[in-house]
Amino acid sequence: MLHASHITFEIAGKCLVEDADILLEPGRVISVVGPNGAGKSTLLKLLTGEMQPTDGHIRLDGRLLDEVNPHELARRRAVVPQSTALSFSFTVLEVVLLGATVPGFGLRTDHLMGVAYDAIASVGLRGFEERLYPELSGGERQRVHIARALCQLAAAETPGAEPAILFLDEPTASLDFSHQSIVLGEARRQAERGRAVFVILHDLNLAAAYADEIVLMHRGRVVAKGGALEVLEDELLSEVYGCPVRTNVTPPEGTPFILPYIGAV
Amino acid sequence: MTAETTAPAVLRPARARLIPRFLAAAALVLAFAALLSLSLGPTGITLTSLPRAIEAWIFGTDDAAAAREQLVLLDIRLPRTLLGMFVGAALAVAGAMMQGLFRNPLADPGLIGVSAGAALAAVATIVLGNTMLAPIIAPLGIYALPVAAFIGGAVSTGVLVAIAGRHGQLAIGTLLLAGIALGALAGALTGLLAFGSDDRELRDLTLWSMGSLGGASWPKVFAVLPFAFVVALLIPRMVRGLNGFLLGEAQAFHLGVNVERTKHLAILATAAAVGAAVAVAGVIGFVGIVVPHMVRLVAGPDHRVVLPGSALLGAAMLIFADVFARIVVRPAELPIGIVMAVIGAPVFLHLVLKRGVGGFG
Repeated sequence: MLHASHITFEIAGKCLVEDADILLEPGRVISVVGPNGAGKSTLLKLLTGEMQPTDGHIRLDGRLLDEVNPHELARRRAVVPQSTALSFSFTVLEVVLLGATVPGFGLRTDHLMGVAYDAIASVGLRGFEERLYPELSGGERQRVHIARALCQLAAAETPGAEPAILFLDEPTASLDFSHQSIVLGEARRQAERGRAVFVILHDLNLAAAYADEIVLMHRGRVVAKGGALEVLEDELLSEVYGCPVRTNVTPPEGTPFILPYIGAV
Repeated sequence: MTAETTAPAVLRPARARLIPRFLAAAALVLAFAALLSLSLGPTGITLTSLPRAIEAWIFGTDDAAAAREQLVLLDIRLPRTLLGMFVGAALAVAGAMMQGLFRNPLADPGLIGVSAGAALAAVATIVLGNTMLAPIIAPLGIYALPVAAFIGGAVSTGVLVAIAGRHGQLAIGTLLLAGIALGALAGALTGLLAFGSDDRELRDLTLWSMGSLGGASWPKVFAVLPFAFVVALLIPRMVRGLNGFLLGEAQAFHLGVNVERTKHLAILATAAAVGAAVAVAGVIGFVGIVVPHMVRLVAGPDHRVVLPGSALLGAAMLIFADVFARIVVRPAELPIGIVMAVIGAPVFLHLVLKRGVGGFG
């Protein structure tokens, strides 16, 4: 439904994204991985309509993305950026509700409250509704914004409408194992409900466990695209990350090896 | 779509339940302030004379006492009270809007040079109104000052947004510093105009710099009415957008806010509110910081509460400050700007100190 063809973003003579092709489809989780500065966040900003590509086109159901107005766009996609600075003391519930009240989807209040409570519960924050946002930890704040995006998508949903897209920029960056799996499990559930999910991840293990398709970026270019087994390949990863990387090898005897029990949705 | 009507009690957040009561309480406080302002003054005439004054106003009178009561209550105190309500509400709402736009509870039209820009334009109108600018200004009549101050305020706000918003997001530090520089520049130019003015003009100008409701009159009330109307009309179109802005400009866009349009509306409304307020009462600082801060402490930062709550409490606060300014050194009057600064500066410092711990109230 969202198709970016040959998009390039150049600023001040630097190419942050070069000739990228991305197709987001309902029911699929696409994970973008790559070293710092590979252009992952820029790609996300282009796909969400926040920035316009200097070359190439992005189409949402065949329409050019920059011709869709912000309000209509808010019905079709929700975005959780890497960080959100919020210095006013909203409660958790109030922040989550912003996901529906700022676009003004016109829901009845009781329905809206149900949607917001569900969103909060789905990121493991049940009981936090009346807590003040500035008093939360970094990981809790991150999950509040994910709940806000989920609330936006749930509130925007109308029967028979085109499916929506969830964009997540490093949603697990400040989360512990269990919350990583809660958040990415929820991302998978969103895909199973027919939405498209676009998630930037740093942890290749998480990408392998949760994504249907992995997009590996390096210096603004998409260098590999496909299933985990195709993309997460020693030689390619070693080159892209500039350090020796081996997949599927456990460390020698006697060295502790920590891996969360992931993959269970 | 608000959080008060249809939700079952269990699902309603604690703060949402408080909101109607909070707004009702603010309206009561305002009513009390207005009554106080109508009944206090150096002449000793109280509200008990109101029926006689109204009678004299409607039917005319030969009785000197009744005529005096009519003059004091209906032609001096009433317009002063109404003007005080407008100025307080305008400044408080302008402060709340700027804070939403810049995502910073320290933004205040008085501090970041918007009022100074409006005052400069107003002073230029007073000083040059009889000479250089006469052909432009004369046809505007009583609206000349508010219109000039509005343009001055709009230009300052626009310049601020352009300076602080160069890199997509409005940089808060840049904003405050640029605002201080802009305010200083406007102050210097105002001083330059004052330097070349005669004695009568100079007295008028002194009023601008410290703020006063002393010159309140019915024509001034009518002069600010259209501005009050425009601001009241713009506010409902902005609340959702400003709520989105609290999360950041990019996030507001993600949530469907037309970012540029919201910015333009907020600048327009701020300039209209501050311009009209400065035109009739001079530069009064801190209302825009203190009042929205109090509202947020009680009712939370949602603009659907902050804007109407600030309007009500701002009106009440300015009237209280004016009553105080009128009676504390009577029969003389303190400039109301001084009273507000004495109340407001400590609150501002408190906000600065609080900044490091857990965000803003």
